[in-house]
Amino acid sequence: MLLSTVTFLPVAGAVVIALLPRAQERLARSLALLTTLAAFVISLPLYTGFDAGQAGYQFVERGDWMPSLGITYHLGIDGISLLLVLLTTFLMPLAVLSSWHSIERRWKEFAVTMLLLETGMLGVFVALDLFLFYVFWEAMLIPMYLIIGIWGGTNRVYAALKFVLYTLAGSVLMLVAILALYFQHGAATGIYTFDLPVLARYLVPAGLGQNLLFLAFALAFAIKVPMFPFHTWLPDAHVEAPTAGSVILAGVLLKMGTYGFLRFCLPLFPQASLAFAPWIVALAIVGIIYGAWVSTVQPDLKKLVAYSSVSHLGFVMLGLFVFNAQGLVGGIIQMVNHGLSTGALFLLVGMIYERRHTRLIADFGGLWKVMPAYSALFLIVALSSLGLPGLNGFVGEFLILVGAFQWNVTVAALATTGIIFAAVYLLWMYQRVVFGEVTREENRRLADLSAREWVVLLPVLALIVWIGVYPAPFTGVTEASVQALLAQVHAKAAATAALVPR
Amino acid sequence: MSPTLVLPVISFRAIAPVTVVAAAACLLLLLDLLPTRGRKDHLGVVGLAGVVLSMILTLSLWGSDERAFNGMVRLDGFALFFDLVIGFATGLVLLLSLDYLRRQGMESGEFYILVLFAAVGMMLMAAAGDLIVVFLGLEIMSLSLYVLAGWFVGRLEAGEAAMKYFLLGAFASGFFLYGIALIFGATGSTNLDRIGVAVGAGAGRDPLLLIGLGLLVVGFGFKISSVPFHMWASDVYQGAPTSVTALIATGSKAAAFAALLRVLLSAMRAAQPDWTMLMWWLAVLSMTVGNVVALAQQNIKRMLAYSSIAHVGYILVGVVAGGALGGGSVLFYLLVYTFTTAGAFGVILLLEREGREAVEVGDLAGLATRHPVLALAFSVFLLSLTGIPPMAGFVGKFYLFGAAVRTGYVWLAVIGVLNSAIAAYYYLRLIVYMYMRDPAGAPTVLVPSFPAGLALAVALWGVVQLGVLPAPFLDLAQAAVLPLLR
Repeated sequence: MLLSTVTFLPVAGAVVIALLPRAQERLARSLALLTTLAAFVISLPLYTGFDAGQAGYQFVERGDWMPSLGITYHLGIDGISLLLVLLTTFLMPLAVLSSWHSIERRWKEFAVTMLLLETGMLGVFVALDLFLFYVFWEAMLIPMYLIIGIWGGTNRVYAALKFVLYTLAGSVLMLVAILALYFQHGAATGIYTFDLPVLARYLVPAGLGQNLLFLAFALAFAIKVPMFPFHTWLPDAHVEAPTAGSVILAGVLLKMGTYGFLRFCLPLFPQASLAFAPWIVALAIVGIIYGAWVSTVQPDLKKLVAYSSVSHLGFVMLGLFVFNAQGLVGGIIQMVNHGLSTGALFLLVGMIYERRHTRLIADFGGLWKVMPAYSALFLIVALSSLGLPGLNGFVGEFLILVGAFQWNVTVAALATTGIIFAAVYLLWMYQRVVFGEVTREENRRLADLSAREWVVLLPVLALIVWIGVYPAPFTGVTEASVQALLAQVHAKAAATAALVPR
Repeated sequence: MSPTLVLPVISFRAIAPVTVVAAAACLLLLLDLLPTRGRKDHLGVVGLAGVVLSMILTLSLWGSDERAFNGMVRLDGFALFFDLVIGFATGLVLLLSLDYLRRQGMESGEFYILVLFAAVGMMLMAAAGDLIVVFLGLEIMSLSLYVLAGWFVGRLEAGEAAMKYFLLGAFASGFFLYGIALIFGATGSTNLDRIGVAVGAGAGRDPLLLIGLGLLVVGFGFKISSVPFHMWASDVYQGAPTSVTALIATGSKAAAFAALLRVLLSAMRAAQPDWTMLMWWLAVLSMTVGNVVALAQQNIKRMLAYSSIAHVGYILVGVVAGGALGGGSVLFYLLVYTFTTAGAFGVILLLEREGREAVEVGDLAGLATRHPVLALAFSVFLLSLTGIPPMAGFVGKFYLFGAAVRTGYVWLAVIGVLNSAIAAYYYLRLIVYMYMRDPAGAPTVLVPSFPAGLALAVALWGVVQLGVLPAPFLDLAQAAVLPLLR
């Protein structure tokens, strides 16, 4: 029951908050924080009770939902989803806390949407039934749409619609692919089921059929990641979203795309995954370099961080598709790292936006003199984002590059330039915002971090340093699952290849 | 040998649900004569009681399977399922009308009587075992609806709606009747069972039969407003009283689909290759044209009219798929669609104020602050129409497209899901206006009356129940279609 409790606790909180009278905005705010904190605390036993040596799904819950169609209520986590569940429950209270004053109207509705969003995201990571997964995957769109559209910036409606239509267009094809897989499996084995572990044992015949199924899934995930040519919704959504929205968008939502590749594309369509790997790696490299270059010239802080996400997610995709343990573990840990570092960057940008109501780099300068604590924390986060050894980003990028090196030296070399460019845009941005003289009069009176802001940032920083110095507790839990996944992919690919001549 | 008149055995059991509604309508005719002080809503309540009683009877007859009146009427799971769908549609429409008519200053007893008679026609169509009964039901329903469409006498749109609906409807009836005649010529019978036997025995290759079938499809196509027989829909939807629009969009479509399924899946099963292609095109055209034109609409009733054309396209996907899975998905979707659409029109009906009928998209601006509950309810209905889980519309579409994929019509399913993505734009735009735009004029707070609130609550229950825990209803729909396939 632990997984169900964690997943649906936010909904329960949302219902309670929805029933509050309209005037009780402060109470709604506190209840939202309390619910997200409770979900985090309840999710901790998932880690402590997790058997790292075992590759299979743990904390499994299974029940009938629509038995006549073979749809089950099946939840479970392995080393791949464990960290993402914890990342979600960890970031949510911080996102709520960061909205404390920056959300100025309709706090009650905001709390409800945030909590519904949390359930949707957790559901995506714990669902082991394709139908159930799709339900969460789609259901989570609407709260995010509302968060961008109601509490966002001036161009919010456009950004919100673009976000929904892009992701919806991607995922509807996945729905057809899910159905096709279901019926193909049913026709081949006589068992009609949406149960992922059962379907994963099935060999989809190689060739056009498997390739189309793979592409339908991959398109949905690629838009969510977002991979290079499908990324254009991301800067708009990020720039318009309120701080909490950006944090969750970058911290968790983008991971749903990479997670989808890992959980569905690789085990279900191993041969197609291997066949398309060069293309995906190529797009990942383009994304790494393109994202970094475009970040360099952004005048808007939020846009800069948004494009840097394109670059960082390129690293994750690279790690997943080089098909070795280092790359995969690196990719998974880098998902967490990106969630922490970029989440923290958005929090930091949001804090100065709250003070100055501008995000343009040109409006700042010399912040170190007025906000030393803020500037120091900002430096650490920026360094972690660019992959400084000793901080979390380095661990993930290093593993990914080791993996990429084994796959292809040129690819690894090209990817490495992404780290150099990251140093360029992040340090240059940092220099213009923090160093030098205070260029604007308005900036002289800015207050340094408040107690609440310290509370928001310190947990993230602690994790950033922890993963950087001692990553074993984080990489350790994923290794067994990654090894099992790799073995499964290669075995199934070989088996389907043997089936080809027909 | 002198001709002897053989009277068919009268089975009141087989027509019990219809009879109750018809009796309620007759009772209303009498009650309407009693002098009252202006208000007529007690008639609506009596009518509602009749509908509820009929639904209870339907449930008590569950599991029956018999043919009565020489095979003219069938009492099977299929008919009973549609009796429930039509019962829900009629009941919701009556609830919504009670207060609405008085607000619009157009209350009179005939309204409720006509709604009940329309329901009688619908239920007859669903239970028909003979093309003549289909036609009878069709005409009873249509004549009532023609009058209801023009209920707001004196309004220009009402006259246009009634006129258009009537003229085009009369044309469609002509086509339909001619189709029956040709099929009778080709097979020697109007009884669906006997047609089925004849078609199976080789009449399926008779051009006369195929032309007849084509003409029947024209007639049905008009009633379900599939493209290219949809031209009347937007004007009629706009001009008719909104509660009548809801009835046209839900009950009359459900009834027409019921008869269509009986004809295609049961009588014409052997000719399936011939009609599948036709239905494939009707499905694709309806989905695409409906959604694309809906994108451009500013009037919400017109937008929902085109969206309902698109939904007809989705339902036709299930008809194309055929068989137990396809038929079951059509039945389930019609149930879902009834709750969702009746709910959506219910919200619009509450937004209409006296003397101002048009509800434009802009009128929704800021509804979320003026009336959060109504805005939330409307959002739920719109999300269900979009097909976003956990609303019922998602399960319905999933089932429809699943049936298409199962039978090998993968491209039809792809076209369908891409259409759903297009549709998301105009549904979500309404949510944009409710939640993300500030109201233009002075805020007015609307308080739905008890019956209207009850109707919305029932519709909401349906949308959520069928979305979250649909299993029993899926099984019901699946079982209901089996009598057709024997």
